[in-house]
Order: sequence, then structure tokens, then C-alpha cells
Amino acid sequence: MTLVEILMTNLLSPVFLAFALGVFARLAHSELRFPKDLYTSLSIYLLFALGLKGGVELSHATFDSIAAPAAATLLLGCITPVTSYLVLRHLGRFGEADSAAIAAHYGSVSAVTFIAAQTFVSAMGDPAEGFMPTLLTLLESPGIHIALGIGALKVSGGRPIHETLHEVLTGRTMVLLVGGLVVGFLMGEKGWASVSPFFENGFKGALTLFLLEMGIVAAERLGDLRKVGPFLLAFGIGMPLVHGALGATLGSLAGLSVGGSTVLAAMAASASYIAAPPAARMNLPTANPTYYLTSSLAITFPFNVTLGIPIYYEMARMVHGI
Amino acid sequence: MPTETLKLVTIVAETVLTDQLLAALKRLGVSGYTVTEASGEGSRGRRVGEVPGDNCRLETLVTEDLATRILDLLAAQYFANYAVVAWTTDVQVVRGEKYRGAP
Repeated sequence: MTLVEILMTNLLSPVFLAFALGVFARLAHSELRFPKDLYTSLSIYLLFALGLKGGVELSHATFDSIAAPAAATLLLGCITPVTSYLVLRHLGRFGEADSAAIAAHYGSVSAVTFIAAQTFVSAMGDPAEGFMPTLLTLLESPGIHIALGIGALKVSGGRPIHETLHEVLTGRTMVLLVGGLVVGFLMGEKGWASVSPFFENGFKGALTLFLLEMGIVAAERLGDLRKVGPFLLAFGIGMPLVHGALGATLGSLAGLSVGGSTVLAAMAASASYIAAPPAARMNLPTANPTYYLTSSLAITFPFNVTLGIPIYYEMARMVHGI
Repeated sequence: MPTETLKLVTIVAETVLTDQLLAALKRLGVSGYTVTEASGEGSRGRRVGEVPGDNCRLETLVTEDLATRILDLLAAQYFANYAVVAWTTDVQVVRGEKYRGAP
């Protein structure tokens, strides 16, 4: 399959088309808006379903099969905030607070990008390993803390970092994902069979609906692109490609399949927009939120769901020698 | 029913600050408050959050002295870096002693 065919598969997927519709609706000044509670409900459903399914799969996984991928994930969690910070600070000439705040977003992970990548590789016939949601939980927190830690060393004025640790670890994403993994692990296949009609059959539909809203949210920020300048635009696309290549390579070295390496690459390439923004706002109050929100929501997220994920798939195939 | 004059302090701030502001108000001696969700746009543009435009609106009835201390605190710690708007209004309150309790 050529890269063009892979791209077309993605661009004609329900997930991407719904995202594009959301962008169009916003640009056309449609009155379409999701009620905030629906947005929250859909994200709870998606994250918990992801955790449950991952937990059930984890109950089948051996320690040996997951140890190396977990180590690769943690390594990525330590590398990506630092590379992001250095590039922003030294190439982009951003201030210390702005560099650290943006790096916190790129060091952490977007769960929706993860789900989109997982859905994509399944559609390509290369499903990722079942324990991937476990890896997702490992990547959520370190990036934020390393980047905000760098920020705390360089800039004063924020709140103590341990308050952020508590906030991120007890945030909605972590409770639903980690909690879902534990529940899924304990209930096993038998328990899963009883809830899967709700959590599995509705999953892709809910994801499609969620991406429609993400299209609206991302397009709302498009106007801010003019404010952030060309460097951040290039960063929002270039940094994910570098991190994606790193993720695909490390995933392959850790023994993940093509699908698993693609998803790990998408995780490394993605930028958080749920956990990281409030953490950055509270710890680095002098950083400009327009920079980190626009780059993660209006540049990197759309790039990843449009071109990024198929490219990471191609990268994963290359490192696997396919 | 007799009324007395107190200050209604209204603070509109980005939602991310809600818990921190409430803790600060309590430390200053505020005994009660109301929080509502608010949305809007100001000089700092839209707010941080998954859904843009999220603000919280905090309202509390306090003595004039406490109102001044609240505004001083906001000025010292929040106005420089965060989107926070605050104002006071003279209001006629029944059972005014309820709002004078805390030190």
C-alpha cells in the first residue's frame, strides 16, 4: 500500500470526516455547539471504555511482553519535554516560561490522538497490542512534570510543583484510565462480556461524535494562528514528526508490532490539551496561554489526525522493514 | 425588616483559579460565597480550558474592611498574570450580622 493510499484511508475514515465537518461548521459560523456536559460525558465514556478494554487485555499480557514497551514509553516521556524545551528556547528564542509551558504540552499525551491512532491501525489491519492503554497512562504525567520542573527552576512565581502532581494524578483522565485498567484487569473477559455491548459497540460512534466537537474547538483557535508566528506553526508540525520517528523506532526496538509502534509514535508526537493547560497556567502564570493552546489544539492535533498518524504508520513500517 | 450596608465583592476569573481563590478568600475570613459558571471575553481574550471562554464568578458579602483586603490580595497576586476582574457594590443586606462573624 502506498503512502497516498494510506493517507486516503485516513482522510475517508469517519473519525477524520467528522473532525473536518466540525472545522467546516465553525468556519462557516454555524450555530452548532456541543453542550459542555455532552463533551465531558463523551470524554468520560471514551476514557473509561479505553481503560476497561485495556485492563482486560492487560490481564492476558505477560510481564515480559510489556516491560520493554513500558520502558520505551517512560524514556519517551523523559525525552520529549526536554527536546521540546530546547528547540523552543534556543531555536525559537521563546522565553523560559513560554518554552517550558509549551514543552509540558508536547511532553504529555493526547488521549484522543491515541484513540484515533489505535482506530486507524485497526482499520489498516495492523491492530496495536492490547496493553497500549497501560502505556498511555505512563506517558500522561512525566512530560508535564519534567517541563514544569524546568520552568520552576528558571522562573519563579508559580505554585509548588507537588500540588500539580496531585492535580494531574487525580485528574479525570488519570482516574478514568488507571481506574478503568484496574477494573478491567479484575473483572477479566467474563466481566467484559457483560459490559462490552455498551462500551465496545458504541465506542467508534462516540469517538466520531467527539471528533466533530474537536473540529469545532480546534477551528475556534485558528484565528490565533496569526498571533503565534511562523516558528510555532513549524514547531507544531516538525516536533511531532521528530517525536513520532523516535516513538516508532523505540517502539520497534521494544518489540511492538507495526500497529503498536504507530500508536506509540502518535503518543510521543501528540500534545496534551486536557491535563497540561491548567497545570501550565497555574505553575507558569507568566507564560502566554495563546502559544500553548494554539500550538497543541489548532496545529498539532489537526496535523496528527490528518497526516501525522498515517505518516507514523509509514515510519513504523519502515523501521519494521516492510 | 432592618437592613445594613455591606459590600458585595464580585470576582470574575478564569476557571482554573476557582479553588485557589476560594482558599484565599477563606483565609482572609470570608464566611460564605456563591460560585457560578460564567463565560465571556476580556482584554486577555478567551480563557484556558477545554471549552474556551470558561470563567467563574465568585460573589461574597463582606464588611468594607474585608472587601479592601480581598481587592488588595487580588492586586498583589493575580492581576499581573491572570484574567481577573473584581468590583465591589454597596448592598443593603438583611441579617447583616451573619456576614460579620469571622475575624
